[in-house]
Amino acid sequence: MTATLLLLAAVFAGAAAALGHVHRPGVAGEAGLAFWLATAGLWLLATVAVSRLARLEPRAPAARRVVDAAVPLAFGAFLFFLWEVIVVGAGVPAVLMPAPSAIAAKFVASLPTLGADFVQTFVKSVLSGYAIGCTAGFLTAIVADRVPFLKRGLLPLGNFVSALPVVGIAPIMVMWFGFDWPSKAAVVVVMTFFPMLVNTVAGLSAAGPLERDLMRSYAAGYWTTLLKLRLPAALPFVFNALKINSTLALIGAIVAEFFGTPVVGMGFRISIEVARLALDMVWAEIALAAIAGSLFYALVALAERGATFWHPSYRQ
Amino acid sequence: MRIEGSAGTGGMAATSNGVQVIDIAGLTLTFDTADGPVYALSNVDLTISEGEFVSFIGPSGCGKTTLLRVIADLERPTGGHIRVNGVSPEEARLRRDYGYVFQSPALYPWRTIEKNVMLPLEIFGLPKAERRERARTFLELVNLKGFERKFPWQLSGGMQQRASIARALSFDPRLLLMDEPFGALDEIVRDHLNEQLLRLWGKTGKTVLFVTHSIPEAVFLSTKIVVMSPRPGRIIDVIDCDLPRERTLDIRETPAFLAIAHRVRDGLRAGHSYED
Ligand SMILES: Nc1ncnc2c1ncn2[C@@H]1O[C@H](COP(=O)(O)OP(=O)(O)OP(=O)(O)O)[C@@H](O)[C@H]1O
Ligand SMILES: [Mg+2]
Repeated sequence: MTATLLLLAAVFAGAAAALGHVHRPGVAGEAGLAFWLATAGLWLLATVAVSRLARLEPRAPAARRVVDAAVPLAFGAFLFFLWEVIVVGAGVPAVLMPAPSAIAAKFVASLPTLGADFVQTFVKSVLSGYAIGCTAGFLTAIVADRVPFLKRGLLPLGNFVSALPVVGIAPIMVMWFGFDWPSKAAVVVVMTFFPMLVNTVAGLSAAGPLERDLMRSYAAGYWTTLLKLRLPAALPFVFNALKINSTLALIGAIVAEFFGTPVVGMGFRISIEVARLALDMVWAEIALAAIAGSLFYALVALAERGATFWHPSYRQ
Repeated sequence: MRIEGSAGTGGMAATSNGVQVIDIAGLTLTFDTADGPVYALSNVDLTISEGEFVSFIGPSGCGKTTLLRVIADLERPTGGHIRVNGVSPEEARLRRDYGYVFQSPALYPWRTIEKNVMLPLEIFGLPKAERRERARTFLELVNLKGFERKFPWQLSGGMQQRASIARALSFDPRLLLMDEPFGALDEIVRDHLNEQLLRLWGKTGKTVLFVTHSIPEAVFLSTKIVVMSPRPGRIIDVIDCDLPRERTLDIRETPAFLAIAHRVRDGLRAGHSYED
């Protein structure tokens, strides 16, 4: 326990020293062999420290939660450290790969732009498209479940549409819905509709035969059975689709903006900043997309835990 | 305690006119499976009057569950005549004439034990206060007091089965179909629930159809014991169990009790040798 903490502290101090050292003139871009050897040693030490941390199993639940969070954090932090040190130490051109510190600086400096892009792409296109696509997919699944020919006809079509590339749909949607965010939201609707449809249809048949017999023995009608048995049993499937769609929606909206958009939006910014070789801005947008996407996913996953706590994969 | 309206009352009227609760003649059920037909029930004749407690006993796979499911309209017979409370099984089901305890608990994992017991009451549209009250009463009856807020998967198999019994009793059906309800319970709890069930039956005059593998349990509870044999599922003996209606567990030591138990055992043996 104490040994592990000491080791971690040593790695931390070593990393801080290396970071301070690498930015000095004379080292930045021309770091010597000794520096790289020291970094490699630090890497070894960090590996040992993190693996020891992962093996710690403290009794107290609070301490356990801290350890559970600390392992991926320490791991991620060290990756960023390596990235910074290698890029700066070896003098990698910013066009190829900017250092994390440069990206962070750019991020903070362009907060207003990033904010506007976020509102345009995430709040307007992603959220509205996601809500419409998921709701429509869900309702269609319930109808398709009742109407056999729809189920047989729609599901193969769903596979077909899922195979369509965004790059194909996006220009068409721009033709239909114009340059602004509604055409991006439409792309998101198309992308999220079918995963939700397919998953919900599968979920609606998840209730077991005995559970259905019970409803039948109560002479329960279609709607009662749907609300009290089949929908609750389908929830894990529905949440699966919600999670898949949370990532799909963001990708769809960003890529769709490559095909014509007003002069704002995360995808728009990425495409023009690449053309201008302003890679730090591109990376800042990527960081924004990563943060927004992870938070969105985490939020859906959290709701899933609350709603399907009874499912074998979540029971405590 | 009875639920007014369509549920049950029609059946009562029919039976008091001298109609049997269960009236089965020449009933057959053949399952078509990939490996050819399975003769689950063959030429079954059976009548059961109002207020009887009938146990079904027989080796595994002899069609006991299938017979109960046919009565409950969960399975369609392939031939023969069947009436439940004077009407077809489907009509009886639609007017909620029976309560069914399945061989496994079939509790919904997203509902607490209490909510599971209240499920039929919710569907039948009982007011909330009464649903609470009934859930409390019947959970107490099956010794599950204090577990109302637990989820099914937090309970042992036997406790889950008891919750499912409470659920079937909660809406007070005139006809109870119970498929090995006490199969997963230890001997002491089983004895206790046997007594409780007998008392409830004596008090309410329900008709009970009860599947079991235990000869003492069948003799202790029943007015009539139906012995079945497999392949094809048939009734090989119907034994009247004319012990006094007021029974305590000590009755199991009496000669009259043992004599009936003996006859049931002989019937089962005969059924088994038939199979070989
Ligand atoms: N849905 C089905 N499809 C095909 N065969 C079935 C089906 N249900 C039951 N059977 C067959 O019918 C026969 C009777 O089954 P049933 O479940 O009624 O037996 P059981 O007397 O209840 O046995 P146990 O005491 O083990 O519960 C068995 O041979 C079984 O394999
Ligand atoms: Mg059975």
